Amino acid sequence: MPEVKVENVTKKFGEGKIVAVENVSLQIKDKEYFSLLGPSGCGKTTLLRLIAGLVQPDEGNIYIDGKLVNDVPPEDRGVGFVFQTYALFPHMDVWGNVTYGPRVKAWDTQQSNKIGREMLEMVRLYERSKAFPQELSGGMMQRVAVARALSAGAKLLLLDEPLGALDAKIRLELRYDIRKLVKDLELTAIHVTHDQSEAMAISDRIAVMRKGKILQVGTPQELYMNPREIFVANFVGESNFFEGYVESVNEMGSVLELRGKLHLRVLDKNKGLGEKVVLAIRPEAFELKKGHKKVENAIFGHIERLRFEGTNIRYEVRLENEDLVVVTRPTLAGEWLDVDEKVTVSFPPDKSFVFTYPSKGLREELMAE
Amino acid sequence: MSRRGLLKFLDRMSSKSAARYLTYSVAVAFFFALILIPPILGILLKLNQVGRVFEDSSLQSRALAAVSASFEIALFVSLVDVVAGLPLAWFIARGKSRWLNALDTFVDIPFILPTVALGYSLLLFWSKQGGVSSLFGASLVSPGWLLVILLHFVFSFPIIVRVMVGALLDYHIVYEEASRTLGAHALTADRTVTLSILKPSLVSSFILAFARSISETGATLMVAGVFENGPVFISHARDENLGEGPLVFVSSILIAVSFMIFAVITVLGPRLKLPTKKVWPSFERRLSSSNIAISRDTITLVIFFLIVLLPSLFVALPAVNAISSGTLSQALSGTGIWKGYWQSLILSYFVGALATLLNTLIGLPMAVLIARKRAGTRSSTILDVLVNIPLIVPSIALGVSMKFFWSNFAFIPEIVLLIFAHISITYPYFVRAMASAIERISMDLEEASRILGARPFTLFRTIILPLTKYSLFAGALLVFTRSVDETGATKAVVSTLKTAPVLLVSWVNPGGTPTATAFEIGLGIGFLVILSFAVLLVMRLVVRGKERRY
Repeated sequence: MPEVKVENVTKKFGEGKIVAVENVSLQIKDKEYFSLLGPSGCGKTTLLRLIAGLVQPDEGNIYIDGKLVNDVPPEDRGVGFVFQTYALFPHMDVWGNVTYGPRVKAWDTQQSNKIGREMLEMVRLYERSKAFPQELSGGMMQRVAVARALSAGAKLLLLDEPLGALDAKIRLELRYDIRKLVKDLELTAIHVTHDQSEAMAISDRIAVMRKGKILQVGTPQELYMNPREIFVANFVGESNFFEGYVESVNEMGSVLELRGKLHLRVLDKNKGLGEKVVLAIRPEAFELKKGHKKVENAIFGHIERLRFEGTNIRYEVRLENEDLVVVTRPTLAGEWLDVDEKVTVSFPPDKSFVFTYPSKGLREELMAE
Repeated sequence: MSRRGLLKFLDRMSSKSAARYLTYSVAVAFFFALILIPPILGILLKLNQVGRVFEDSSLQSRALAAVSASFEIALFVSLVDVVAGLPLAWFIARGKSRWLNALDTFVDIPFILPTVALGYSLLLFWSKQGGVSSLFGASLVSPGWLLVILLHFVFSFPIIVRVMVGALLDYHIVYEEASRTLGAHALTADRTVTLSILKPSLVSSFILAFARSISETGATLMVAGVFENGPVFISHARDENLGEGPLVFVSSILIAVSFMIFAVITVLGPRLKLPTKKVWPSFERRLSSSNIAISRDTITLVIFFLIVLLPSLFVALPAVNAISSGTLSQALSGTGIWKGYWQSLILSYFVGALATLLNTLIGLPMAVLIARKRAGTRSSTILDVLVNIPLIVPSIALGVSMKFFWSNFAFIPEIVLLIFAHISITYPYFVRAMASAIERISMDLEEASRILGARPFTLFRTIILPLTKYSLFAGALLVFTRSVDETGATKAVVSTLKTAPVLLVSWVNPGGTPTATAFEIGLGIGFLVILSFAVLLVMRLVVRGKERRY
């Protein structure tokens, strides 16, 4: 059944000047819901199009179901593709779109009709068979696009930002619909998105991409709990970053010294003494207490700005060393703090990540492009 | 009044509805009084003359044969254009080679060359000594219907390619990709999705090619020999003094049938079902193979270079020889036949420039009117259709009809009639180019400009004009080249004045012995071609770069 293997694939555009995908290797398991996550321009859509056969790799091999498909045209790869703009044929009605696959494969009419009906009933749009794409809402078009992609019997479903053009509410609804459909039909799905919350919510595994390369592959939990790169720590979830040096190391962990003579204890003990490092802490990992409290890893500061975001309140705290950090607290948990309030910010040593300071600097490392 | 004062004045005026109303009214009145009514009334007033043709059965059958030849050739050529032009358009639009830009420019050459130059070039290439015929020892293609077909193919082919390249570049390739991922082979995808979506462009380019073939006179005269199509018959009938009857007879049929065909294509074209339903996967897979694609592209390119490009450029040969033989110094000294030549050339460019200027001034409000539906949806749509009429009516028939109409006003000098005829024939080119350019500008831009405080005239000057600059020049260029090129209507309208193409046709003197030497004709045409390119070059320099889409 469809297992996808990408082996050292490189794709360049513009006479080799733009490297869209650089030496990427990836293995996607059968019946897996897999996401390619990254900022726009990171090469995730190109990678998806390479797998579909819409573009050919300059180097490397692509295998579907164990077979090398480099020279197989898209029509013979047995994939379903949902385009970002859906690409519903404007000159055909819903029925014409959904039965197009069976028709161009010259399946017999009875069978085509049966499939068309099944597919449209599956996405609850059978009664709109006669409607033309431009008469449908965005959500409906999206469902037709999915039905059409599956109508030709594809077991591998490729989705290019399939929810990007929809309203926030419908997006939330449809993301679970798609996952349920993929799981019910036992398909393999590769889903391209720049929305980390979408990727986290629906994927079995995620590959985070940046500048044509894959930075990390893992389950949503792994990426969130254990990011291996600064960029991943910031792109999957959110992080505050501090620059500092390793002051001491022992078997319990290490102590870092940050700007303003702050000494903080972390669990990481793999960095060398005196090494320049980046400390990352998620906004939700911080504790926030009124007044100046003596607790572990305490940093004093005052609230500079706050923003109410519904579920959470987002505090911007100016620390005593002049760094600004973001701290989020659940709105309904505990009291609200006001601007200028003196506070203590702290974090447990096991809820922080330490990275080697990047050679090109922190700013460059965090940039998407 | 200073320039600023004038702008301010126009700006204030443009806010007044009376001033706007006046501008649009003048534009519409001009269109009806000069362009639409005279050709229609002219022919209607003379319809009673048609009877004479029926008295002479040989004349009648000759006229009918000519008319049907016109439509048969136009239909055949336009169909061949589509078959040969689509693969080339595909090749240009989809290819990746850097040579495609050059190819794209080559395609335009037969379009930019004056058709009389094309006609003479093809005549030399196919049937005169020194062309390919020398290889066979005899005239390979003698003047006659076959040469007429070759000629019409050459000048209408670029229209299809140009329109379809544009359409393919605008087309969202994602539809084709969707089709491929659903299991369609390349050919199936092109056929069932791309062509179906591009059908409107295909239909309109077909109409343009068809109309151009029906209308062309000067070059056809050169290569027709004793063969007659509609325009050639009219031209002969005038030379032979057969009276008004045959002119009215053939002109009215040409006009009426053109209308009918245009109407039928417009109504039925969109409903035309391209063969999309049935699919033959294994057969189409074989046709989609890269070997077949390569041989298809090769055949397309060979046809283009051997049938279209090489014969079109062949006239350069005698022109170059003329320079070395001393004809050039005679020409520059303006003695002998060259005196008349330079006068004709000046006349042609004068009339062309004036027609361009007038059409630009009067066509702009009309273009706005149509693009923004300022006259209400229905009237604007009707105007849009009416504006196209001079495009589909054969220009010599239009000229004949105008001549009938304006001859009721004997005090109007011939030169004015000539200008009227040229304005009338070229008007649609400008209005169509401008209207579609204005239509492409989002209303949001206009609204933003108005909200920021721009009055209508400022809006036009600061937003619409800069954004449509390229189309404005392209439209003006079309008007100018079409006017300089025009033979049919010119022959019909004037009897003493000779524009350059009319003079050149008389030099070649089809059916008789040429009145000038081959070198002289070659050089005469060479000057015309060089001037056309010079005008084009100047225009290109003025409007650097292409219009962007907003």
